[in-house]
Amino acid sequence: MEWKRKDLIGLEDLKKEEIETILEVAKSFKDVSTRSVKKVPALRGKTVVNLFFEPSTRTRTSFELAAKRLSADVLSFDVSSSSVSKGETIVDTAKNIEAMKVDCFIVRHSISGAPEIISMNVSASVINAGDGCHEHPTQALLDLFTVKEKFGEIKGLKITIIGDILHSRVARSNIWGFKKLQADVCVCGPPPLIPKGIDNLGIKVTYSLDEAIENADIIYLLRLQRERQKENFLPSLKEYSFLYGLDKKKYEKLKKKTFIMHPGPMNRGIEIYSDVAEKDKSLILEQVTNGIAVRMAVLYLTIGRKI
Amino acid sequence: MDRREIEEILKEMADKIEREYDLEDLVLIGIKRRGAILADRVNKLLSKKLPVGYLDITFYRDDFSKIGAHPVVGTTEILFDIDNKKIILIDDVLYTGRTIRAALEALIDFGRPEFVKLFVLIDRGHRELPICADFVGKKIDIGKDEMVEVKLKEIDRIDEVIIVKKWNGKEKTLSDLKI
Repeated sequence: MEWKRKDLIGLEDLKKEEIETILEVAKSFKDVSTRSVKKVPALRGKTVVNLFFEPSTRTRTSFELAAKRLSADVLSFDVSSSSVSKGETIVDTAKNIEAMKVDCFIVRHSISGAPEIISMNVSASVINAGDGCHEHPTQALLDLFTVKEKFGEIKGLKITIIGDILHSRVARSNIWGFKKLQADVCVCGPPPLIPKGIDNLGIKVTYSLDEAIENADIIYLLRLQRERQKENFLPSLKEYSFLYGLDKKKYEKLKKKTFIMHPGPMNRGIEIYSDVAEKDKSLILEQVTNGIAVRMAVLYLTIGRKI
Repeated sequence: MDRREIEEILKEMADKIEREYDLEDLVLIGIKRRGAILADRVNKLLSKKLPVGYLDITFYRDDFSKIGAHPVVGTTEILFDIDNKKIILIDDVLYTGRTIRAALEALIDFGRPEFVKLFVLIDRGHRELPICADFVGKKIDIGKDEMVEVKLKEIDRIDEVIIVKKWNGKEKTLSDLKI
């Protein structure tokens, strides 16, 4: 299908066919990164700006490499030393950079909706690289890509997402994505970290890890943010890791073709134990590899949209 | 041009390859999609089967800013090292030369071949870049408002080459191409 969107803000408003188009295009970008010359000239002459108002290493590096492998010029904007710290609004910041004729903004912000606000005020493409508790669409797309690569088809798979569903933008984007591609989604975590009414999205909710991982095809572990314990969402980290952490004993009970995923960075010994993170069932590093191909596809499609 | 005539040209291509090149270190690379099919067909006609690769040039096109991204992109499948290889590059129609320019750029990203020779089924003229073929099956002289349509049975269910004229935004088949 023809790609018409200027921006990628979330998976909630994407159609199933649009998600499939991105995954299809990503497939052809995957082998670019395996060649000796890891570069194609598709976006030569385009400028991509990383606008990260929140720290990130993996996502920013991944976007930067993706843009560079498409031959775009990339500028990483250091927010801490910029005029944002002097009180400029995000829209003014974006408009000022756009006045220097750039083609795409990659935005991460701690406030949900910030990338969308920027997208409404600039004519360059805006790609959401994670906003507050809202969405992290490219993470979910790379997860979908990784699962599709393993299983061939996503329809009918049992996907279990475990952890802090309440605060997780990764969980939200993944729920939208997997639901649209007709997987069965189940979420699991301590009751205070599961938002009320989430079952209205057509997903299963359970508070028991044993029940959640039984028969699952994918076990998706979310990173537990340690601050949540200080905010009294959890009695203790130790209790969390005892009840919801994936250790060797639970790992060995999994059925043969179950895979484990994690968006990173991992808290070893909390949601995932060291002896599990490196096992055969772990797709964690494949996710990182696929992130480049998926982000190349998103940049290629949004910047090259039909006007 | 019908199935028989296409087959004759491919046979000529195969004969020229056998006659003029040492099959050692020779590889065929077809430009997707129809050049790739032609490369496979030529390979079947050779006395010794050569490695065949398929090149997708979508990301190397020079008209990205003009026409935007192509949602349908294929993958390049060259599963061998092309360093120091002798390459026969195969495509269906040679027109402006821009596809071949893009293909050469793409190939060079995979390695440094000893040489690249270009074999095409049809040369329809109107070159915009200094590129010429080493083998042309059929040269035809048609206007820029006309299009050559190559149909191959693997994807189009029929083997034929026709000329189509664009006229008031509609397409009209002019004639079957006489050989």
